[in-house]
Amino acid sequence: MPRPPRPLADRRRQRDLLKRGTFILLLMPLVWLVLQWGFLLTTGGSALGVNPIEASIRFTGEWALRALLLTLAVSPLARFSRWTPVMSIRRMLGLYTFTYAALHFCLYFGFDKELSVADVVADVLKRWYITLGMGGLLLLIPLAATSSAGAIRRLGGRRWQRLHRAVYAIGALACAHFVLLVKGNQLEPWVYAGIFALLMILRLIPRSTGPLPTTTASAPTGH
Amino acid sequence: MLIRSRPDWWLPERAATPESLYLNRRQWLTGSGLLGAGLLGGGLVGALTATPAHAAAPALPALRHTKGLVTTDDALTPYEAVSGYNNFYEFGTDKTDPAANAGTLKPRPWTLAVDGEVSKPTRFDIDALLKAMPLEERVYRLRCVEGWSMVIPWVGFPLASLLKQVEPTSKAKYVAFATLNDRTQMPGLRARVLDWPYVEGLRLDEAMHPLTMLVVGLYGRVLPNQNGAPIRLVVPWKYGFKSIKSIVSLKLVERQPPTSWSRSAPSEYGFYANVNPKVSHPRWSQAKERRIGEFFRRDTLMFNGYAAEVAGLYKGMNLARYY
Repeated sequence: MPRPPRPLADRRRQRDLLKRGTFILLLMPLVWLVLQWGFLLTTGGSALGVNPIEASIRFTGEWALRALLLTLAVSPLARFSRWTPVMSIRRMLGLYTFTYAALHFCLYFGFDKELSVADVVADVLKRWYITLGMGGLLLLIPLAATSSAGAIRRLGGRRWQRLHRAVYAIGALACAHFVLLVKGNQLEPWVYAGIFALLMILRLIPRSTGPLPTTTASAPTGH
Repeated sequence: MLIRSRPDWWLPERAATPESLYLNRRQWLTGSGLLGAGLLGGGLVGALTATPAHAAAPALPALRHTKGLVTTDDALTPYEAVSGYNNFYEFGTDKTDPAANAGTLKPRPWTLAVDGEVSKPTRFDIDALLKAMPLEERVYRLRCVEGWSMVIPWVGFPLASLLKQVEPTSKAKYVAFATLNDRTQMPGLRARVLDWPYVEGLRLDEAMHPLTMLVVGLYGRVLPNQNGAPIRLVVPWKYGFKSIKSIVSLKLVERQPPTSWSRSAPSEYGFYANVNPKVSHPRWSQAKERRIGEFFRRDTLMFNGYAAEVAGLYKGMNLARYY
């Protein structure tokens, strides 16, 4: 059912609320992590358990993947619900993906590899799950770097969009990274991979009616 | 006081030594020449140093045991970590799952069946076994294949003393172990993470090695369920997954038995699984390890530091091939 058109100011307010809410919600895991490290370094006890490094690496990795799947869920949601204001949070979700993925890497690099580039290179060459994870992280960098309105303008919408389709490859790499990482047959990484697959399949459904849902605040949607 | 009417060595279960004392064990031992005096002094030290967390920990019954081998000067890993951070997939795959879920395991009554190539196949009742075997505390390093490690005061007896009782025949070349396989007691068995039951194996000379233990307790108390109650294996120079938990069956066999992890991923886990910093695992470099309680990694030692005792078992073997 088409919504009645809203006044411009009203829509802007709705988008602002959405953005603020998203910003706070996705910041919460990071706040929690910082708090736990605060407890750990002062009182010695934290919810991170007895192997806080491993727990933190796992935690940031999982949140990077969750943020990524949320990012990928935005355009199908906008398309099928026709609730276009939701498009306004996509960029922020993408940047959170990058933030958590970068933290995930920094913890691995700092504590597991103790800042040894040679050890990281050896890991990338030897271990498939590291190779794929690192690939995903490297692909995220140009996307994060071209997230501003200025970058979109400089690149031009079409080229920007082509570049940002890399997010599908990143999603596949991230899911494979998790699947290969766990020991034995574990369900959890397959749940994430399944959600990713579903979000990809939704994009294959041909558009029958209506123009692309777009908003003034963000770039054209992908397919 | 009742305790004075007992012999010097007698220890009631309620006098289970507080864990805080174990953490300062050497200090405590020097401070107490006599066990009687030690009990009084120990109580005092315990009362002064016990934190609420220690006090809240459910006290499992104490085990009567002697102090045996201490194979490292490193600090003991706290009881909370040893009993709260476990790989025991029969109770879930997260490290905290076993502590949360292992309450359904019933470690009594329990029978350990020992058969196969032996002259005297025997079904050992766990309580009878505990009575028959002199228990000894041994401080061993534990190195997990995932790259973390602990230092644990186990209580148990050498596997060799049990094997000698059943008299292995000349055909016995290996020992095959199996964990309990009961869905009602082990909720994790519903997920096919591995091909259940969990099975492990040792070469007979490895099994007979004096360092190889059957463990029934830790920190002087009965083994917590999540650590493999009521009886588990501990092979300190091998990765932790070799040290199979909650054992119901032990079979002496002629051929190398299958082991769960090498069946699940043969390129990653071999039969031997000796701790070896030079043989890197497809998932984890084994050169270093994170001791639980430390932030940075320390070097992993060849055979987990037990090379002097066990390297001879593998003389002439290519350890990169037999990983």
